[in-house]
Amino acid sequence: MSAHAGRADIAGARDGETAARAVELAYIAVAAIVLLLMMLFGLTMRATQAQYLDVQPRLFYVLLTMHGAGMVGIAGVAGAVVMWHFVRRHVPVSTTVFLANLVLFLIGAVLILGSGFIGGFAGAWTFLYPLPAHSNGVWSANAAAAYMLGLLVIGVGFLLLHLDVLRGIWRTYGSLANGLGLKQAIGLAPEKTGPPPAVPAATMASIVNVLGIVIGAVVLILSLVNLYVPSFTMSALVAKNLIYFFGHVFINATIYMAVIAVYEILPLYAHHRWNTNRLFYAAWVASTVMVLIVYPHHLLMDFAMPPWALVVGQIISYLSGLPVLLVTAFGALTVVHRSGLRWDVPSGLCFVGVLGWAAGVIPAIADGTIVVNSVMHNTQWVPGHFHTYLLLGTVAMFLGYMTWTAKEVPHETIGTEPAAFWLYVGGGIIFVVAFLAAGSASVPRRYAVHLAPWLTYDRIGSLGALLVVLGVGIMVVQFLVRVPALARLPTTTTAQPLPEAAAE
Amino acid sequence: MVVQNVVWAVCIILMAAVVGVFVWVADGASRHVVDHTPLTAAAYRLRPWLFLILALAMIGANWRTLIELPYQAVASAKALAAPVQRVQVVGEQWDWRITPNQVKVGTPIAFHVTSRDVNHGFAIYDPSLRIVAETQAMPGFDNVLRYTFEQPGTYQVMCLEYCGLLHHVMRATITVVPR
Repeated sequence: MSAHAGRADIAGARDGETAARAVELAYIAVAAIVLLLMMLFGLTMRATQAQYLDVQPRLFYVLLTMHGAGMVGIAGVAGAVVMWHFVRRHVPVSTTVFLANLVLFLIGAVLILGSGFIGGFAGAWTFLYPLPAHSNGVWSANAAAAYMLGLLVIGVGFLLLHLDVLRGIWRTYGSLANGLGLKQAIGLAPEKTGPPPAVPAATMASIVNVLGIVIGAVVLILSLVNLYVPSFTMSALVAKNLIYFFGHVFINATIYMAVIAVYEILPLYAHHRWNTNRLFYAAWVASTVMVLIVYPHHLLMDFAMPPWALVVGQIISYLSGLPVLLVTAFGALTVVHRSGLRWDVPSGLCFVGVLGWAAGVIPAIADGTIVVNSVMHNTQWVPGHFHTYLLLGTVAMFLGYMTWTAKEVPHETIGTEPAAFWLYVGGGIIFVVAFLAAGSASVPRRYAVHLAPWLTYDRIGSLGALLVVLGVGIMVVQFLVRVPALARLPTTTTAQPLPEAAAE
Repeated sequence: MVVQNVVWAVCIILMAAVVGVFVWVADGASRHVVDHTPLTAAAYRLRPWLFLILALAMIGANWRTLIELPYQAVASAKALAAPVQRVQVVGEQWDWRITPNQVKVGTPIAFHVTSRDVNHGFAIYDPSLRIVAETQAMPGFDNVLRYTFEQPGTYQVMCLEYCGLLHHVMRATITVVPR
């Protein structure tokens, strides 16, 4: 190779890194802004239930729909940037595909926001068939179609991204089973030869999300046909199965993508490598299967379901908690314990992310118990448990990654970050406990207007939500003001050391 | 024993225990030990025992709770043979038709629940506003919910599956009278 060609290759690689860095920053900025906007929608809903605000039910249910769809979508974007940033250290992935996913997400988001705020669509993010076609005159078929097309466009983007990640893993490791660490899990290969922690997580999240998105696309297309050809119908129970399979898989995949931040960032602080032993790989293999078959726990009150499926849903709900508690939570505690780690906001957020996930599993398992679900299904217990592992889990992990990225540029307002951290964590705990307490008192979820005996929960929850918005708002603004400087940093500076570099 | 109270207490205690462990570890994280290997080894010796405890707890919880399922398809022959009062429930945006809407204390009731349009949630609230039983109301399906009222009073029915603009006002009452 000539010296000229060599210099050209190096320049090309540097351009590639710069482009990748720019797209990552765009992802983080979009995720942070939309996250904050959706939190404001959530605060508005809680304040309305608390009777602090007078939002009419028509707008309330639009906000409910936008908040649900927006949060699920942005959790996907947040998880995707974490996964992509770390997995590309180990496997080749396409920056173009990564960018295409973000562009398609924004197009889909515009369609969804238009469906709600222009078309009045308020069918909830779950678009439970046949509700989109039965609005009783509140929204049009076109508004419902815009919403579903928006979801489809977003789904196409994520499908491309996950297929590209799987292609890279296949090319590097020879198969997806090797990417998961299946040989190490069943003892056919030494533990030390297994992939680094980001790879099994990315493999698992991408496998399940490809399946989930395809099933979601099927039910979206069938629902779209039903909108314009009412004589074309399907079983409400079959549609519900398809929707909850898609919804469950997609939202869970966001956690499995975001947790990569914990695997990669905490060891840098603790100076201990994340222990990828046989149990670690076995947990990821088991989670791949369990996340696909556990979704009937959303259908425990659908008495027309085969009872065996619902019993399986309960049992797998319990089992799926084990990998979380025994592998990721235990691993995080072991890495941090007496490590000499000096806490700061990014490391604290990553640690809180694991805590939120582990703690949220407990009320989720309770809700997945049939006899409990019989008196708590669709009460505020449900947003109570999922906000515990999403707001204090996935979001904390993403914020940990965001603030860790922002640390590369010193900023004079950095002194406010610990305050923002405590506002977010303290507010988050108040917020989720208020939901759980309300759920145990049988307060329904998704009600625009609450009865007088329920207002205390709503008011405490509103306070928690306000604190969360303030804390996250400070973190987001501090990140956004650093974006121009982050974009100008030379890519050699922005490349963080691999965990292996800090290994014992 | 109110199920909701038990679940709330158990979950809050277990969640507080998880938080406590994390806070303890976080608090001690800054203390550095030069050789971390013995600590790591001790932690990993602890894990199988933790796994065993959790597994036993999960087996116990499933064993206890899967005995009592609310589904007619797995009801015992004795329960199915017992005389019940049939109550027809039809949900339709945004109203319930419950026939009859007056029943007696101690009489096993079989609620046949369906919907004429979209999915609804049929939840029965006791006079203190606690849910005592629920099932989904689905178009094209007849979900049978069996329940025996133990106290007289006015019970409220609320919709617990989001069904559109007036979801929150989709209510009805069932009057339970003494024998």
